Amino acid sequence: MIKLLALLLLIAGPFAAGQEIVVAAAADMSAALPQLAANFTKKTGQPVKLSFGSSGNLTNQIRNGAPFDIFFSADEEYPQQLIAEGLASKDTLYRYAIGRLILWVPNDSALDLTKLGIKALLEPSVRKISIANPSTAPYGRAAEAALRHFQIYDQVSSRLVFGENVSQAAQFVESGNAQAGLIALSHALAPAMKDKGRYWAVPLDAYPSLNQAAVVLSRSKQQGSARKFLEYLRTPEATSVLSNYGFNLSGRDIQTEKH
Amino acid sequence: MNWEAFWLTVRLAAIVSALLVTIGIPIAYWLTYSRWRWKFLVEAAVALPIVLPPTVLGFYMLIALGSRSPLGRWWESFTGHPLAFTFEGLVVGSLLYSLPFAVQPFAASFGAVDRQLLRAAASLGDSPLQAFRRVVLPLSKAGLVTGVALSFAHTLGEFGVVLMVGGNIPGVTRTISIDIYDQVQTANYSSANQTALLLLMISFIVLSIVYGLNRRPWAVGPWR
Repeated sequence: MIKLLALLLLIAGPFAAGQEIVVAAAADMSAALPQLAANFTKKTGQPVKLSFGSSGNLTNQIRNGAPFDIFFSADEEYPQQLIAEGLASKDTLYRYAIGRLILWVPNDSALDLTKLGIKALLEPSVRKISIANPSTAPYGRAAEAALRHFQIYDQVSSRLVFGENVSQAAQFVESGNAQAGLIALSHALAPAMKDKGRYWAVPLDAYPSLNQAAVVLSRSKQQGSARKFLEYLRTPEATSVLSNYGFNLSGRDIQTEKH
Repeated sequence: MNWEAFWLTVRLAAIVSALLVTIGIPIAYWLTYSRWRWKFLVEAAVALPIVLPPTVLGFYMLIALGSRSPLGRWWESFTGHPLAFTFEGLVVGSLLYSLPFAVQPFAASFGAVDRQLLRAAASLGDSPLQAFRRVVLPLSKAGLVTGVALSFAHTLGEFGVVLMVGGNIPGVTRTISIDIYDQVQTANYSSANQTALLLLMISFIVLSIVYGLNRRPWAVGPWR
């Protein structure tokens, strides 16, 4: 019995080590951030661990003492709240991009997004529309705002299904269980989904701006390394990785449809 | 307190445990009396949901029963809608997920019935099925109630499968455990507290019924 316990402790041991910085990030960063972190680690030798979720969930976890060093939010509002509560350092707040909401359909869909735009959602073949949970995910709120902006919310609300975060919303439509999804551009550009569907970019004026912002958390014991990672984010190398996933600050219009 | 989610969950659990009685009794019957040498494989398959993460079941439901699979298309042509994001989808997921919680107590209680009684019933002219209905079932009452109560309680507390295939639709797939999750994530602790407390009490009552039924009042401790 004691031997078994010792063995268990031996297995559990390595998890106690802690030199890496831990990043909590909004789900729309799930493809871009691993690449950024890997590049950063290669350059500096500093290991980075990533944890993804909806910005609202992560904010709540941070409030409850989750041991994160940096927080990437899909909505600047959350970092601002944490700063006001003394949980994040104001001087480190960095807005790195404007998030883009898109309407995505799988390749086997017959919908003509170029012609129909958001009105494609009114087609009877669209039985379920996946969006992120508006109560915790900024992309979910943006999706609701866009549907209201185009005055089709009441017509489609009964067909909405809610992903726990925007990645799950993307997975619902990617797997074909929903026929259309209002998701993040970064997912559509990620290798996992790139060749599986096409999208229509929702115009920026249809929803409140999704200001993507990163901030170093006050409880972090690795302030130096965490700040270095955010500095790295401003380098041309990092900016170009971000723009590969549709993250840029100009919010300039992107190609509206892509095959 | 989200009563809509509460009653939805109670309805789901009631339907699932009722269905599990009808599906579970024949399975348990077969598991008890079959002499097939590979029976242990079926026993293992039935027990799978106890050890399998709900995410695995949820994943398979989205992929294997999704709109792109033959099985999913058959379901759609049959019912007119996909399985995911529907109440029926939750019923199917919960059926699979709670199956061992019904079948195992059923089979255990069937197996505990003295075979001599079955031989006596046979000698008095009962067919095996008649003997099962008149002798085994009445003697397995505690096991049946245990199975129903456990599958009811287990469905009530189900989270992972619902999170993966439900789509969190209010009044359709937003169950009480998903509601608590949402309340906690939005720091709405007072509402989460009420709902969690209610769920805690119901689960305790259900389990008390199970253990109360299965206690042996005549058991004597070795210290006496």
